[in-house]
Amino acid sequence: MTGGSVIDAQGLDLVFQTNDGPVHALSDVDLTVGQGDFISFIGPSGCGKTTFLRVIADLEQPTGGAISVNGVTPHEARLNRSYGYVFQASGLYPWRNIAANVRLPLEIMGFSRAEQDERAARTLDLVGLTGFERKFPWQLSGGMQQRASIARALAFDADLLLMDEPFGALDEIVRDHLNEQLLALWAKTHKTVCFVTHSIPEAVYLSTRIVVMSPRPGRIIDVIDSDLPAERPLDIRETPEFLEIAARVREGLRAGHSYDD
Amino acid sequence: MKSLLPVTTILTAIVALWYLGAVYLNAPWAYDQADRAGVELTTGQLVADTMRQERPVLPAPHQVAGEIWKTTAQKKITSKRSLVYHGWITLSATLLGFAMGVALGILLAVGIVHNRAMDLSVMPWVIASQTVPILAVAPMIIVVLYNIGISGLIAKATISAYLSFFPVVVGMVKGLRSPDQMQLDLMRTYSASPAQVLWKLRWPASLPYLFTSLKIAIAIALVGAIIGELPTGAQGGFGARMLNGSYYGQVLIIWSALVGAAVCAGLMVGLIGLAQRIVLTRMGMAQNGGSV
Repeated sequence: MTGGSVIDAQGLDLVFQTNDGPVHALSDVDLTVGQGDFISFIGPSGCGKTTFLRVIADLEQPTGGAISVNGVTPHEARLNRSYGYVFQASGLYPWRNIAANVRLPLEIMGFSRAEQDERAARTLDLVGLTGFERKFPWQLSGGMQQRASIARALAFDADLLLMDEPFGALDEIVRDHLNEQLLALWAKTHKTVCFVTHSIPEAVYLSTRIVVMSPRPGRIIDVIDSDLPAERPLDIRETPEFLEIAARVREGLRAGHSYDD
Repeated sequence: MKSLLPVTTILTAIVALWYLGAVYLNAPWAYDQADRAGVELTTGQLVADTMRQERPVLPAPHQVAGEIWKTTAQKKITSKRSLVYHGWITLSATLLGFAMGVALGILLAVGIVHNRAMDLSVMPWVIASQTVPILAVAPMIIVVLYNIGISGLIAKATISAYLSFFPVVVGMVKGLRSPDQMQLDLMRTYSASPAQVLWKLRWPASLPYLFTSLKIAIAIALVGAIIGELPTGAQGGFGARMLNGSYYGQVLIIWSALVGAAVCAGLMVGLIGLAQRIVLTRMGMAQNGGSV
């Protein structure tokens, strides 16, 4: 699965200065993400998993250490438009229909109108939303909105997909369904995915590697390589192999005193 | 039309109160006249008399309606006695001032949102500009403009603009800042330029705020145009009509100009409301379109 490294973080530190004093969001984070990996970041709130994703996306500036994305700084990577970012809420623009929402990054990046339409159609097909192009976001269910936002992140063919608890606000049944679709999508597109979650089954089900993090200060406690097969039906979650990995993740979370309070 | 009943009820109540007021306020004059003539007035005669005085303190609604009918439908619109003629003079200044005020308001709001120095320095002045009574400022603006060679329509429109830019600035600053952090972060991940963030995110997000501001702005733009007509001794316009009416004690003229101005303001606010509905529905953002 792994090729060259897409993300390379060495001794990454990030301290937020707040009114209540400094908050150590990331402390000495070392991580290498290879080409085609599906990496999940798991941990309780405040463990820095979202912050780390935002550092990769150049939405936060680290206060120490080094990080490269595609071999360049996150800032250059952002200017090269080398990643698609999916937020916890779909963030679709209410005044644009679904196709126009998917076209948004393409308009900004200056694709021709014909190419915009072609790419919007292709990525909407990829997430199973063909036929909904002309619907407005409020006419779609939460799960469909989130799929549209994934299509939007895929539209400009960035090799790296950063996903910040994209299914966190959805109910479990929709979530299972989207997890299955996301795996299929990943198999089809060979993208590198960084996925933030606080659900252990979700992390184990989706990932090739699971990064377990702990708060105060935010740091990595364990990196677990999953040896589950690439082909993963939903009921793989009842197999002993799956449960074994899940147990290791839970252990890691406990070892980090993540559930102190 | 579920709203028909409440609307007619309120309207009837207002008209009824108006008639009562007319009887009460015009009665002293009627008594006075009867006294001089040495006759006793029955209640019926009194009421009838208060409804048809030539210079009533408060004219009855049908008198105002009659005056409006006489000065609109029964006069050529080019006649100086036509309310339509005067209405258009005020309306043209209103619309020009409104356009100037809206353009200025939007420009200021865009500047305030994008420039920290403007954010800190401009807003206090914008607010200060509206704390000065416009009746005091209007003559000075007229005089200053006259001395640099601007008078008439543009001078009046300037007073309209002075009043109407304010709600636009306030509404648009709020509207342009309405996108949340996540939507702004999303634009940042696309490396969008500030102009792209403005046109693709901030501007569309601010439109509901803009329309609300426009409704207030057009109404006070009309007030501004009328006030602009007062110190200039203008020959035409609702303001000139009101001034004439008060010089010659022609209360009916004042009231018909007042009603004419109110109807104009109502129509313009209604037109903006219509534009708002059309635009926001086409954008999928109609206020009542959220449930299907």
